Amino acid sequence: MKFGTNLILPVLDWVDYRLPVFSYARDNLIDYPTPKNLNYWWNFGSLAGILLMIMIITGFFLAINYSPHTEFAFASVEHVMRDVNYGWLLRFMHSNGASMFFVLVYIHMFRGLYYGSYKAPRELLWIIGVCIYLAMMGTAFMGYVLPWGQMSYWGATVITSLFSAVPIIGDTIVTWLWGGFVIDNNTLTRFFVGHYLMPAVIYMLVIVHMWALHQHKSNNPLGVDMKSTADSIPFHPYYTIKDMFGLGVFMIIYMGIVFFAPDMFGEPDNYIEANPLVTPPHIVPEWYFLPFYAILRSIENKLVGVIAMFAGVGILFALPWMDRCRVRSAKFRPIYRQFFWIFVFDCLVLGYIGAQAAVEPYVTIGRIATAYYFAHFLIVCPMICKFEKPLEPPESISSAILKSEQEKTAKGAG
Amino acid sequence: MMMTNIFTPRKTLIAIAAAGMLSGLAAPVALASEGGPALQKHDWSFNGVFGTYDRGALKRGFQIYSEVCASCHSLKLVAYRNLQDIGFTEDAVKELAAEFEVTDGPNDEGDMYSRPARPSDRFVPPYANEQASRANNAGAFPPDLSLMVKARKGGPDYLYGLLIGYKEDLPEGFELADGMNYNEVFPGHQIAMGPPLYDETVEYEDGTPATLEQHAKDITTFLAWAASPEMEARKKLGIKVLLFLFVWTGMLYALKRKIWAKLH
Repeated sequence: MKFGTNLILPVLDWVDYRLPVFSYARDNLIDYPTPKNLNYWWNFGSLAGILLMIMIITGFFLAINYSPHTEFAFASVEHVMRDVNYGWLLRFMHSNGASMFFVLVYIHMFRGLYYGSYKAPRELLWIIGVCIYLAMMGTAFMGYVLPWGQMSYWGATVITSLFSAVPIIGDTIVTWLWGGFVIDNNTLTRFFVGHYLMPAVIYMLVIVHMWALHQHKSNNPLGVDMKSTADSIPFHPYYTIKDMFGLGVFMIIYMGIVFFAPDMFGEPDNYIEANPLVTPPHIVPEWYFLPFYAILRSIENKLVGVIAMFAGVGILFALPWMDRCRVRSAKFRPIYRQFFWIFVFDCLVLGYIGAQAAVEPYVTIGRIATAYYFAHFLIVCPMICKFEKPLEPPESISSAILKSEQEKTAKGAG
Repeated sequence: MMMTNIFTPRKTLIAIAAAGMLSGLAAPVALASEGGPALQKHDWSFNGVFGTYDRGALKRGFQIYSEVCASCHSLKLVAYRNLQDIGFTEDAVKELAAEFEVTDGPNDEGDMYSRPARPSDRFVPPYANEQASRANNAGAFPPDLSLMVKARKGGPDYLYGLLIGYKEDLPEGFELADGMNYNEVFPGHQIAMGPPLYDETVEYEDGTPATLEQHAKDITTFLAWAASPEMEARKKLGIKVLLFLFVWTGMLYALKRKIWAKLH
């Protein structure tokens, strides 16, 4: 890469020759060929990446004011809220950021499901994404325990106790997770360490996710490969500006919640300090775990329930081999498109059921929704693949754009 | 770009915004406590984007806390110095704090000693510990009030409803345990705390009529401040941040259109 001949730029050449950071940035951020037809659903990946940075930065400043000790944890969070300069802003950005992170990632994942972004040759890209999702869930769960409120404590009790369902070594695992025979200071300390460590894991997974992405580049709404330079545009300025605009819209919503409804996603019970002697009437996990919580509670046998809950996420790993239809985008798959929306609806039903008490009719609805959740992957996807007649996708991205513009002109003339 | 399917950017943004608003609205609607009447929603001075704490209500509320609540309930997350934020002078706060004794030490001889509280001290609790509190309250433990408004579903509306929700006449067939009181909004309706406020429980210096409703409103406002002392600063900054974001995002949108126009 040649920068130039004035006084400073040769230094960049010198560096680039030895460590090609500038060439790398040019190839992957500036000239990087991107399909020209990406819609706004493609904004959510970069948004999630930006929010990860916001979480890491606010998390750092929270951690330096927090005490991971059962005696002080609750009070130290209130110390952040009351005494630390802009501590309330840091905490509300972080706690609501977690919820927004899941909003972004869920939209990002459903976008992948709709447009077939998990299909060859992007199976590993998808699988790494599911790994990121799993790491996020672990991080969020441990983070929710740190304020040491009633929901922190009892949520941790419910979730960690699940591992006791594992045959033979179950109780040993629970003891190891707790660092003792009850949830106590050891538990809080290790959850704090885990919560601080996991973002590094997520960060590294994100790098691998990018690596896999840049190998075959982005999928697109048509689901056809980029075939010539006519199909692609450079990432900068087209998608830098589009992502920036999307960021602005996202920040309006995110900051709106942070400043004007900061406890919207929270449970009032978590403003009561953890008390092992008082069980709250309803123990509910954070909203982003509710669909899986519903799956867990739909099955009476504890072990099977736990397996089903983890399988609910795990089955995403197998998706590229469950749906083997060669056409990627649901745009050209009339049957799949309908079942996609049924699946979205099913996930929302599961989320709703997860927040309800375990009484009828919720139990039955939850069971049906759970059965359908797995059926979608194990039966519906393979069956559609077998019987559906997909429409013929266009030859290329550019030819599709040309055609639609011709139609528009024709309509305008007629 | 082709936008023949339902995935249009405009609809996307509307959907996201609508989802955000819906979840925001959904929370306060589900206020009815089990079996009781639906909580009445009040037009609190601190509601809404521009809401602030009514200064008069804060002062009267602090008076109620000091004269009534403080004999049983702690407020341990609030420091005396925080009262300066709601209009007390530095000297008034010093004087106020000095009425309470705190244990400090050890001194150079190794002994603990008592000293008058300073503005930097947190509100001195009425009892040394939970056991002492229970021993003095027939086994019940009056909870700390610092976060009470945030720690109950319904927030200030719940607290207000609870304070005016005591009923002498029980519903037919209701069995009230010994030493308990019937309350319309308390979950299960049996509450250990007796009615803490009546008409004219405290005499206001500013001449506000001392009705039960007024008392309940004032103490709720004070405790809302105690739970979210950052709220006024938060909303004030939030308005600036959102104004900036609207302008910034609008400019980015214009720039995006301009850059993308070259493509077609």
